[in-house]
Parts: sequence; structure tokens; C-alpha cells
Amino acid sequence: MRGIQLIPASIALQFIPKKTLFFGFSILLLLSSIGLYVGKGLNLGIDFKGGILMEIRAESAVDIAEMRRDLGSLGLGEVALQTFGGPTDVLIRIQKQDGDETAQQAAVELVKETLGSSVDYRRTEFVGPKISEELFWDGVLAVGLALTAMLVYIWFRFEWQFGLGAIIALGHDVFATIGVFALMGLEFNLSTVAAVLTIAGYSINDTVVIYDRVRENLRKYKTKPLPELLNDSINQTLSRTVMTSVTTLLALLSLFVLGGPVIADFSFAMIFGVIIGTYSSACLAVPLLLHLKLDRAGLDEEPVEKIA
Amino acid sequence: MIYFARWKILTIISLCLLGLAFAAPNFVDRHTAENLPDWLPHKQVSLGLDLQGGSHLLLEVQSDAVIQEHLEAIVDTVRSELRKQRIRYRALGINGGLNGDGSVSVGVAITNLEDHETAYELLRNLEPGTDTEIDESGQLTIELLDQTVQDRRISAIQQSIEIVRRRIDETGVREPTIQRQGDDRILVQLPGVDDPERIKDLLGQTAKMSFHLVDTENSVDDAVAGRVPPGSKLMYSADEVLPSGEPFPYLIKKRVMVSGETLVDAQPSQDGRTGEPVVTFRFDTRGAKKFGDATSKNIGRPFAIVLDGRVISAPVIRDAILGGFGQISGTFSFQSAQDLALLLRAGALPAPLVILEERTVGPGLGADSVAAGKIASIVGLLAVIIFMAATYGLFGLMANVALIMNMFLILAALSALQATLTLPGIAGIVLTIGMAVDANVLVFERIREEVRVGRTAMSAVDAGYSRALKTIIDANVTTLIAAILLYTFGSGPVRGFAVTLAIGIVTSMFTAIMLVRLLAVSWLRSRKPDQLPL
Repeated sequence: MRGIQLIPASIALQFIPKKTLFFGFSILLLLSSIGLYVGKGLNLGIDFKGGILMEIRAESAVDIAEMRRDLGSLGLGEVALQTFGGPTDVLIRIQKQDGDETAQQAAVELVKETLGSSVDYRRTEFVGPKISEELFWDGVLAVGLALTAMLVYIWFRFEWQFGLGAIIALGHDVFATIGVFALMGLEFNLSTVAAVLTIAGYSINDTVVIYDRVRENLRKYKTKPLPELLNDSINQTLSRTVMTSVTTLLALLSLFVLGGPVIADFSFAMIFGVIIGTYSSACLAVPLLLHLKLDRAGLDEEPVEKIA
Repeated sequence: MIYFARWKILTIISLCLLGLAFAAPNFVDRHTAENLPDWLPHKQVSLGLDLQGGSHLLLEVQSDAVIQEHLEAIVDTVRSELRKQRIRYRALGINGGLNGDGSVSVGVAITNLEDHETAYELLRNLEPGTDTEIDESGQLTIELLDQTVQDRRISAIQQSIEIVRRRIDETGVREPTIQRQGDDRILVQLPGVDDPERIKDLLGQTAKMSFHLVDTENSVDDAVAGRVPPGSKLMYSADEVLPSGEPFPYLIKKRVMVSGETLVDAQPSQDGRTGEPVVTFRFDTRGAKKFGDATSKNIGRPFAIVLDGRVISAPVIRDAILGGFGQISGTFSFQSAQDLALLLRAGALPAPLVILEERTVGPGLGADSVAAGKIASIVGLLAVIIFMAATYGLFGLMANVALIMNMFLILAALSALQATLTLPGIAGIVLTIGMAVDANVLVFERIREEVRVGRTAMSAVDAGYSRALKTIIDANVTTLIAAILLYTFGSGPVRGFAVTLAIGIVTSMFTAIMLVRLLAVSWLRSRKPDQLPL
């Protein structure tokens, strides 16, 4: 039984010659992401903003307008309603209440009284202001530390130019993903942070594989011009890059479509991240090496291992 | 890379078999799993509250209240000591006033110069764990040492955890988890509880009970108007109201007749005459004696039963109550009588608790999530399997064997470590399905390249593995770093994701580097093909 070659072995796409195009696209992507945070802002979930989230299921299709009127008249401030997965399921988001933690609890009870006991309370989450602030900073800390730790690892395993190139590509992916969340108004919560960190892991994984090949080729072909060498490295690993992206996307698509509404946003973030991560490894991380003063002489120390 | 020592082969096979054995209990129902023979693994994956349904509460102990109380007690002692010695003073109180920001000292100004030394000597050793100072103007400060404050806070949280545990145990919730978190927090997890209102109510009361005599010599109206006589305090009823709708006021003696700490039992019951719900209680010997003495001296006078600063009942003492038994009748419902009895049995919290975070998932949503997660995993798995087989042929099939083995190993690791599987954890597993084949893809692509440069089948496989190995390790370590940091700094469900992701990375590296290689090499040795089916 023989497999099919998805990407022909003779493939020779022009990545390096088109680098200006990629750089331009990425700068545009980052600028519009930053524009979106500033202009539109992120739709922070209760994890980071504090407040109340309830998922309810009614016996029959819910009249959202009526429920909005009922809950809107309770004086709880902003109440956002949204059908969730089906016409009988509604997600209710209530802003952080003035006052301390007990005020939040009172709001939950008020909503329950208003909706009555005929609805099924599938989920009730309440995050007090103290916790939401902690969760926010913990998230920032986790992302910051993860990026630093990865940078240090690459630095340790490769040369600093690789570390810097990888981290620029990685930062690009993280910012672009957050930008998409702002653009589409998707809820940014704790799971999103998990998704962002996984994207970071995936992106660096992808970059490391191509960099590994770059390093190997640098040792093998000492006189080949750098642009050509980099372009070859990308093409040689292209088949693997595409294969792994496809298998990962297959799994994530299945999760996005079948995994239920609770993790749909999470899967969406990952799908976007895998695509952008694959792009950035080949089209950003490698061309960047051209601009980072790669020292070819310094690579001679480690001998090419002998194959038994 | 293509020679396997016999012990290596045995290790790989036994690890896989162990994996299957530990994963197996998850494929039978819970009851069967628990009754498996002792020598077989019988632990199932433990589902997080978001999958099995349940309630997660994060509570904070308001330990400032304990410090405040301690300072108030010092103020009382200082007052009575100074009076005893007839030392004139003014401005006695907690520095910074009540609810002052984190104040830990008591201040008093000694009026007469000649009393300064006496007062200082008198108060210096009054309370252990304090530091007393006096300045030239006679301003005396008693400050709690940092260590004392710390000790009080720690003991408040330890005591709170104990009381929370007792209260929850009394409600009959099965397998609750109650853990300390950080300096002043308690994490409570209640599997299967989808409406935690009652438990929140129970935890929301400190349930400090005490018995006081009612001050009948002074006027309640004067006290309401602001003239509270010393030694008494104004308190309001928990349920009775005045015609105006205001709560009914009582003037009661500050001195505690008997404290609730001496209660040994409390039960809901019905009043013999009226049939109304009441709470009966029993004192320990010390409490019974105090209660007996107090009641026999005060026949005909009312006393107040105070719970958390409110009067729940103020009956008149008809006879001396000597048996140590008593009954509280208020306007109870059957439920509230039961709850009060429960609170009294479990004991009082040293400080109020505040709910910082609540996450409750009903059983319906949990079951839906498990079902959706299962379907998504299976469909994702099938899609990847088909894709791998189509792309890599026979080698793809080997990778698929490893992929399925990988799923069993993840299940086995989750069961054996008793790590909690959450919904994001399922997402982590699905993601692992996609990424687990990456190591194989790296190797297979490398083998294809080696074949293209003219190596023989055997040598291409060998080169493929040895050259891809470093890349595989580099690539996976970075993802592992992300997973470990997620676990360290993440909370709740996110940690569940980190756990499955980390386990998935380790098992997928094992299956790709060891299992698939073993399969490939065995096949090559038995067939000795000239060309690879890649």
C-alpha cells in the first residue's frame, strides 16, 4: 500500500523573493489588529471583567425580546442575551454589579426569581471583581512567561538570530489572533488565553522544524547564497508543514463543528491560530533571518552526525 | 536507530499493555469498574465539575473581622482594668476607628501624669503577643505584633475550613472537596450540586449564637434615640417588626450569659403544644451549669437568644433550666429550623465568608458536553486516520496504530494519575490527535527525502529516524513549556487543558519514536523490501 504525495518533492515556491509582500501583509495585519483593540476593544468575558453568566434552557423556543424586557427592567445594568446552540437555549450576561460580592449574588437570585423554575439553569457563573482582576493578570503573566521561556529555549538550542526571528513570528500570531477576536467580537476569556498559548506552542513548533532544516543546510552548503538556502529549506519542509497543519485542522474542525457551543470560540481561535502560525513560520520567521545578520561561520562547531 | 535490544522491545510492549490495562476501566460502567479484582487497575477518569455537573465556589475568609474582634476585646479589658485601678483616661478605642484600614492597635490617653507609669506597667503584659508603648503626653498604644496578626488569621482560616466542611457534610453532599487556597481563601467543589443556593445560604452565616439577659431597667426608646446605657447594647429582631415596618428593637445586656460554643447538639423538632417547628439544643456540662445558674437567678425575666447580631427569640424564663436542654422557638419554617439546627451543630465560623467566584454546571450541560466531546474526538480521530493512511500508505497505518495507542495511553495516564478531565481538557485531547501525528510526519517526510537521494530502504528509515529525532524533541519541548506554564498559572478548566496537552505530548513522542519505529523496523526485517511503500 503506497501513499500519495500531497506536495510534490520537486516543489520550489518562491518564498524569499516575495518576502516584501509577506512583510507588508503582516505589518498591515498587525496595524489593523492594534487599530481594532484601540477602536473596537476586546469583548472581555466575565473571567476578566467580572459579572454573571447564565446559560438556560427553556421548554420551548425563547422569545428573546420579551426576556430582554423582563430582565432589563430589573435594574441590573447591562444585560446581554444571545441564543446559544439552539432556539431554546439562551446565554445571559449581566454586567458587574455595583457594590461588593454580595451584590453579585443578589443579582443571580433576582434573575432566577424572574425566570422562574420552569427553565433549566444549565450553567451559572459568577466572577467577583477581585477574582477577575487576578485572572486577568495571571493570564498576562502566563502568556508573557511562556513567550520568554520559549525564546530562551530557542536561544539555547540555536543562535540568538533564530530566537529573535521565532519570537517575532510568534508575537505576530498572538497579536493577529487577538485581533480576530476583536474584529468578530468573540468573547475573550480564560479559554481564549489557553488557546492563545497553544497557538504560541504550535507556531514555535512549526518554526523550529524549518529552522532546524535551515541550520542543517547552513552546515551542509557552506557557499550557497543565503536567500537561496533559506528558500530551499522552506520548500524541503513544506510537505511536513502542510501535512501537520492539515491533520491538526481536521481535528480542530471536528471540535469546532461537533464539540458544542461552549468550546466553539475556543476551537475557532485555534483554527485561526494554526493557519496564521503556519503562514508565519514559512513566510515570516525564515525571511527574517536574512535581516538578522546570521553568522554562518559560527555554525561550524557541531559536526554533521554520521549515519550508521 | 534500527536495532532494538530485546529489553527495549519488551519495555515498549509492556508499556503499551499497561496503558491498555489502565485505560480499560473507562470502557465499563462505574459499578463494574469499582468491583474489578484488586490486582486490576480500576480507576476511571475523574470528570471535572463542568462535565459531571456540580458547583465550584471560591470563598474568602474576612479575617479582618477576627483581628477587629480581638482589638475590641482588648479595648474592653483595658477599660475594665483602668477602671479597677481608678486611672483616668480618655479617647480609648481602636486606632483608626472601626473598620479602619488594617489597624492593628488600640490607643488610650492617660489623663494624669502620675498615672503614666502605673498604666504602662498594668497594660504592658495584659495581652500576650502585643507591644505596648507610652509617650510623654500619656498616649498609650497597644499594638498587635505581626506574628500575632498572622497567627490569628491562619487559625481563622483553618477553623473556617473545618466549619465549612462540617456544614457541607451535614447537608449530605457526596464527595465534596474543600481546600485552602492562598492566604485567606477556601475552594469548595460540590459534585452533583446544580443549585447551590442552600449551601451558599448556610455558608453565608457565621452562626455565632449567644444568650444574653434583656435589659429591663432601661428604656428601649431612649436607646433607639441614641442613649444606650453602658453595659447594654441595642439589637434588632431577626423576624419581628414594629407596626411601622422597622425591625423590633431589643435592649440587651452586653455580658454573655452563655455562649453558643458550649452547645453540643441541636436538632429540628416540633413544639409539643403548638406543633410549630422549633430547634432543640443541649449544652455541655459547663454550659448546662452556667445556663442553670443564670436561669435560676433570673426567673420571670426575659433573655435573648442572639444569632449573628440579631435577636431570634426573647422568651421569659419561667423556671430554672437545669437539665442543659433548651428549645428555641421563633417564626421558623421546617426548613429554617433544620438549617439553624445544622448551623448550631456544625459550629460558628470565626469570621464571615464572602463568595468571590461561583461556577455551577447543571447535569444536562455536563452530559451534553461529554457526548459532544466524544463525538468530536471520534470524528477527528477518524478524519486523521483516513488522511494519514491515504498519504503514507502502510507507514500511515503504522502511525494510526500508534495514534490509537496514544489515545489509550492518554486515558490510562489520566486514570492512573487521577487528573481531572475538563471540557477544555477534551479539547486538548482532540488537539493532540492532530498534533500527535506530527512526529511521524516528520520522520516519514525525512525518509522520503532520504529515498530520493538514493538510499536503500533500510538505510533511509534509519537516517529518517536519526535525523528527525532532534527536530522532534526541539519542537515538542516548546509546546511542553507552554503546557507547563498553562498549568502553573492557569486556573480551573484551563489547567485541565494543560494536563491533557502535556500528557498528550509525552505519549505521542513515545508512540512515534518507539512504537512506530518498532513496527517499521519489524516489518522491514521480515519483508526486506527494496522499495518503501511511502
